[in-house]
Amino acid sequence: MKKRFSWGKVLIHVFFILFSLTFILPILSVLSVSLTDESVITQAGYSLIPKKFSTLAYSYIFSNPKKIIDGYAVTIFIASVGTVLSLLVTTSVAYALSRKNFAYRKFVTYYIFFTMLFSGGLVPSYILITQYLHLTNNIWVYILPGTISAWNVIVVRTFMQGIPDALVESAKIDGASEYRIYLQIIIPLSKPVLATIGLLTMLANWNSWQPSMLYIRPTHSHLYTLQYLLQRMLLDAQFAQDMANLAPGSLAMSEAVEVPSEGMRFAMCVLAAGPMLVVFPFFQKYFSKGLTVGAVKG
Amino acid sequence: MSTNELKTVKKPMTLRFSKQKKRLIDNAQLLTLAMPAMIFLFIFCYIPMFGIIIAFKDFKPILGVFDSPWNGFKNFEFFFMSQDFFRIVRNTVGYALIFIALKIVLGVAIALMLNEVRSRKALKYYQTTMILPHFLSWVVVGYVSYILLKPSSGMLNQMIRFFGGEGIDWYSEPNVWPVILPIVNSWKHIGMDSIMFYAALMGLDAEVYEAATIDGATKWQQTMKISIPLLAPIICIIGILAMGSVFRGDFGLFYQIPRNVGALYPTTDVIDTYVMRGVMDGSIGPTAAVGLVQSVVGLIMVVGTNLVVKKLDPDSSLF
Repeated sequence: MKKRFSWGKVLIHVFFILFSLTFILPILSVLSVSLTDESVITQAGYSLIPKKFSTLAYSYIFSNPKKIIDGYAVTIFIASVGTVLSLLVTTSVAYALSRKNFAYRKFVTYYIFFTMLFSGGLVPSYILITQYLHLTNNIWVYILPGTISAWNVIVVRTFMQGIPDALVESAKIDGASEYRIYLQIIIPLSKPVLATIGLLTMLANWNSWQPSMLYIRPTHSHLYTLQYLLQRMLLDAQFAQDMANLAPGSLAMSEAVEVPSEGMRFAMCVLAAGPMLVVFPFFQKYFSKGLTVGAVKG
Repeated sequence: MSTNELKTVKKPMTLRFSKQKKRLIDNAQLLTLAMPAMIFLFIFCYIPMFGIIIAFKDFKPILGVFDSPWNGFKNFEFFFMSQDFFRIVRNTVGYALIFIALKIVLGVAIALMLNEVRSRKALKYYQTTMILPHFLSWVVVGYVSYILLKPSSGMLNQMIRFFGGEGIDWYSEPNVWPVILPIVNSWKHIGMDSIMFYAALMGLDAEVYEAATIDGATKWQQTMKISIPLLAPIICIIGILAMGSVFRGDFGLFYQIPRNVGALYPTTDVIDTYVMRGVMDGSIGPTAAVGLVQSVVGLIMVVGTNLVVKKLDPDSSLF
C-alpha cells in the first residue's frame, strides 16, 4: 500500500515537471531565436537552443533605439500615470460607497453597476473618442476611457466596508473632514486591496495595444505602445523580408551581412516582455488574491 | 383666503426643498469624492449607450451622429441576412463553450493534483511556471505561437518532418484552428484557473479527510468521494457565471493568434473581431448594429445566469 502511494506521488511530480516545461520552453524559445544567427534561422528554422549564437539582432535594435525608447516611454507613462489616476478615482468613489450614511449610496451603486451589465459597444465609443472628444493621436486616449472599472470599484468598496466604522466616527468627532478621513485613514488601511487592484491595472496597461490600433495613426507612430510596436514589427518585418526577396541581392552584398530581420523581431519581443516577466511573478500572491477578493454584492 | 391657501401649499414645498438641500449639503463631501468616477463613467460609458442610435442610421462621418439619415432596421437586416451572421455567432458561442468546459475540467484536475503536492518549494515552482503566460500580452503569445506554427521554420512542422510527415500550412488551414485556439487559450489561463480552484480546495475542512484516512479511504477515493462533491457547488457557480459572457470573444486571442488571416475566418472569426474589422473598414452603421445585438444578448445572458445562480446559491450571485 505504501509503495503504491509513493508511486502516485512520483507520477504527479513527473506530470508537473513536464507540464511546467510546456510553459517555460515556448517562452525560452523566443529568447533563443533572438540570439540565433539569421542564416541559421532561415536554413534550419527556429530551435530551442541557438545552433549558432549571435547578438547581431540586439546590436541592430540598439544601433537605432529611438523606436523602442519611444515605445517604452509611452508604455511606462500609461502604466504609471494611468494606474495612479485609476486608483485615485476608484478608491474615492469606493470610499463614498462604503459609508452607510452616504445618502446617495443606492443611486451611485446602481449607476456604477449598470455599466457592468450593458455597454454601447465599440462603435459608439469609437465615434465619441475620434469625432467628438478628438483624442486621436493623443496619449490620453490610453488612459481616460479605461480609468474606471465597475468591478474594481465594487471590490475596493467591499474591502473598505470591512474597516471598522468606529475609526471613521472617532475621526469625525475630532473634526476631520471626509477628504482627510479618506486620505489619512482609509487609504493607508486599504493597502492590500490597492496593491491587488493596482497591479492588475498596471499589467493591463502594460500589455495594452488595442488603443494604438484604433486611435493612433501611423503618422504618430511614436505614440505606439510597446506591445503594438511589437505587433507592427511582426507585420513590418515580413514586409521587409518580402522586399528583400524581391530586391536583386545588391543590398545584402554591399552590407556584407544579412539584415537579421527575423532575429530582430524576437529580440524586440524579449525586450518588451522580458522585464515584466521577471518582475510580476514576485507579486503572484496579489494576482491570485484578486481572484478571490470577497463578495461583490451591493 | 387665497393667500392663506398659498401659504399652506407653499410651506411643505419649501420644507421639502430645504430638506433636500440639507441632504445635499450634508453629503457634499462624499458626493465630491464620488463625482470624478461618475463623470468618467458618464462620458465613456453612458454617452456611448445613447450612441447606439448609430445602429439605426446610415452613418456618414461628415454628417456626424445626429445629422446622418435614419434607415430603420436596414443595418440589422444586412447583418442577419448575411452569411457572416451564422458563422460569427457559431464561432463566438462555440469557442466560449469549449473554453468554459476546459477551464473547469483542466482547472479542477490540475488543482486536485496540486493538492497532492506536499513540498512547498515544488508547489511554488509549479504554480509560478503555470502562471507565467498570464503576464504576457496576446501579442507576445502570438510570437510564441508563431515560433511553433510558422509553416517554413516553425517547430511543429520541424517535428512533423523529423518523423517523416509533411509540414502543415497552419495559417491557411481553417480546420486545425478549433484545436489550436482552445490549446492556446488554456495555456494562457490554466495557471490562474487552477489556482482559483486550488484556493477553493484549501478552504475545505481538513477533518473530513482525516476521518476518511482513518476509515482507510485511498487518495483516489478521497478525491472522487470528497473533494469533487465538495467542489461541485463552486464549479457550478463558476460555470454558470461564465455562461453570462458566452456572447463575447476575447479579441486579443482571436486577432493575434490567427494573425487576422482571411483564409482562417471560417473558424476564427468571432463577433469581436468582426466588429473591429468593421470599425477599421469604416462600415460604421452595420457594425454598430452587430455591436448592439451583442450587447443586448449579453445583457440578457448576464441577468439570466445571475437569476439561476441566485436560486442555487444567493451568496455567489453577482447582484
